[in-house]
Amino acid sequence: MSSFTLISAALRRKKTRTFLTFSSVVFAFLIFGVLSMLQTAFSMGAEIANEDRLVVRHRVSLFQLLPQSYEADMEEIPGVVDAMHMTWFGGVYQDPSNFFMQSPVEPAEYLDMYPEVSVPEEAKLRWIETRNGAIAGRALVERLGWEVGDRIPIQPTIWRQDGRGDDAWEFELVGVYDADVEGFDQTQFLFRYDFFDEARSFGRGQVGWFMVRIADPDRAPEIAAAIDDTFRNSAAETKSESEGAFAAGFANQVGNLGLIVTSILAAVFFTILLVAGNTMAQSVRERIGEIGLLKALGFTSSRVQRLVLMESVTLVTTAGFLGMVLAVGLERVLRPALAAYFPGLFLRPEDLLLGLGLAVVTGLVVGIFPARRAMRLETALALRRL
Amino acid sequence: MSETSFSDAAAGNGAATEAMVDVRSVRRTFQRGRTPVPVLKDLTLRMEKGEFLALMGPSGSGKSTLLNLIAGLDRPTGGEVIVGGSEIHRLSERKLAGWRARNIGFVFQFSNLLGALSAERNVAVPLLLTSFSARERRRRVDIALEIVGLSDRGKHRPRELSGGEQQRVGIARALVNDPMLLVCDEPTGDLDRATSGEILDLLVALNRDHGKTILMVTHDPVAAERASRTLHLEDGRLADCGHDGTVVVPVHEPAGAAV
Repeated sequence: MSSFTLISAALRRKKTRTFLTFSSVVFAFLIFGVLSMLQTAFSMGAEIANEDRLVVRHRVSLFQLLPQSYEADMEEIPGVVDAMHMTWFGGVYQDPSNFFMQSPVEPAEYLDMYPEVSVPEEAKLRWIETRNGAIAGRALVERLGWEVGDRIPIQPTIWRQDGRGDDAWEFELVGVYDADVEGFDQTQFLFRYDFFDEARSFGRGQVGWFMVRIADPDRAPEIAAAIDDTFRNSAAETKSESEGAFAAGFANQVGNLGLIVTSILAAVFFTILLVAGNTMAQSVRERIGEIGLLKALGFTSSRVQRLVLMESVTLVTTAGFLGMVLAVGLERVLRPALAAYFPGLFLRPEDLLLGLGLAVVTGLVVGIFPARRAMRLETALALRRL
Repeated sequence: MSETSFSDAAAGNGAATEAMVDVRSVRRTFQRGRTPVPVLKDLTLRMEKGEFLALMGPSGSGKSTLLNLIAGLDRPTGGEVIVGGSEIHRLSERKLAGWRARNIGFVFQFSNLLGALSAERNVAVPLLLTSFSARERRRRVDIALEIVGLSDRGKHRPRELSGGEQQRVGIARALVNDPMLLVCDEPTGDLDRATSGEILDLLVALNRDHGKTILMVTHDPVAAERASRTLHLEDGRLADCGHDGTVVVPVHEPAGAAV
C-alpha cells in the first residue's frame, strides 16, 4: 500500500463524476491530437520546405504566366545554382472530385531540384523516351487504382490542345514516385513540358512559376531581391520568396490556421480547466472531514497538499494520455485513408510530447487551488465535518 | 499461535504511577469576529499512564477543545500541555503531526473509513507515515484486526460491515501504530445500546489487557461508567475541582481503577 492507494480511493469515491470528468478530458486531448494533425497537414509545405529553394512567380498572382526564358536569365544571377519551371495544368480526371495537382516539368531538372523524390531508373528512362509519359505519386496511384502502363485521360479546363477543342489530353503512366520526406506531397501528376508546350493551343513558351536552387540559404533574401530586380519594369515582373514562405502563404489562403487551431484549443482547455477544476474543488469540499482525519492521523499539511495535487495530476494526465493514444489510433486509420487528400496528415512526436506536457500542466493548474485549500484546513475544525 | 500485541512492553501494563497527560493552567480562547470567547479557563488536569479517563460535560463546556489540545490537534492560548513527557504546546505544526502519528490513536464517533478501501487497507493508512517494511506493516495490520476481533473481515469493504464492525476497524486503525494514548471522541455516539456495549468492552480490554491509556469524551453516563475515572467539564473548568482547578476529585472509582 502506498500514497497512490489513497489517491485511487479518492478518485473512486464518486465513480460517475470521475468517469464524466475523465471522459471530457480524454475527448479534449483527442481534439488536441486531431487539430494538431490538421495543422501539420496544412503547414507541411512550409515545414518540409528546403531552405535552399526559392519560388519565383508572377508579381500579380500565381496564375499569371512568366516567360520560360527567365530560367536561363536566373541561372546567370550569382548565387543561383539551378532553376526549373512548373505550370498549373488544372485538368480533370473523370470527375472533378478526383482533384490532384498536375504540372508539366522537364524530367531531369525536376528530379535534380527535388532530390527527396525517388523514381526507379527504368521509369526515368521510359519517361525520357515517351513524349506523353507521366509519373505520379504513390498515394495518387493507389487512390485511383492506376498501374504503370495505363493511359490516363485528363480533361482540360485551361490548356486545350491545338486544333483538338475539348479533347482530353492522353498521358501514359510510366512510373510512380516515392518521397523519403514525411509529408511530401505524393499526389502530384507530372508530365513532360516539351510535349505540353508543343501541343497546347496558346501560351507557348510561358510557364507558371520557377523553382530556384541557391548555393547559400543565408543569402536567400538577397538573391530573391536580385531576381526580382532583374525582371523589374519588364512585362512580367516577378515575386521571389523562400519555398517555406511560399508554402505558408499558400496554406494561409484557407485562413490563419495557426490562430484558428490555437483559439479552438484555448476554448477546449479553458472548458477543461472549469470542468476538472470544479470536480476537484467539489471532491475536496466533500472530503473535508476525511482530510481532517488524515491530518489527525499525522499527515502533514504539505503531504495532504501533495496528495490532492497528485490526485488531480493523475486524473488529468491519465485521461490526457488516453486521449493522445486515441488520437494516435485515429491517425493510424485516417492517415492511409486520407493520404491522397492530406499528404501531411500525421501526429508529430513533438505534438505528442506537447500534449502530454499540457496534460501534466493542466492537472497541476486544476489541482493547485483545491490542494491549497486542503493544506490550509484546520484539523480540529475539519474533524467536526466527520 | 497468533500475536496479540505489537511489542513485549505494550501488554499488561496496568500500573498507573507516571503522568501520561499533564495539563497545566491551560487557557484556550477563540476569536469570534473581534470578540474573544474563552472556552477553557485555567484548567489543570493530570492523567496517569494506564488510566481510562472519561470526560463528560454539556455541549460547549470545552470537552472537545480539551481533547484536541491533549491530542495535539490544537494549541493552547496559555498554559502547558505535556503528554508522554513531550511539551507538545511548544512543537511546530509539522513536528506535532509527526508526534501524533507516533503517539496518538484516534477513535471518532463515526468510523469514517475510506469506502473504496478494504478494512485492512483502512487499518494500514497510518502506516503510510512510517518506515516499516511491507512485512512489518502486514504483521501490524493482522495484530490490530485480531485485537478488535475482525481477523476474518479484513478483505471486506466498509459497506459490507455492520456499524459496530466499522467502529472496530476504526479502533484497529487507531491501534496499528501502537500509540501511547488512545483518544476517543464519542466512540459509541452513533451505535445502538448492544453494539455500544461491545465497543466499550473492547476499550476496557485494551486498557486492562494491553495497557493502553485511554481518554474518552462522551455524553453517555453508561459509557462513562466503564472508565476508571470520570471528570466533568462545565464552562471551561473541571466541575469537580476547586476553583483553582488543581484538585481533581474523581466522581467514582470502580474497583481496580488506577488513580
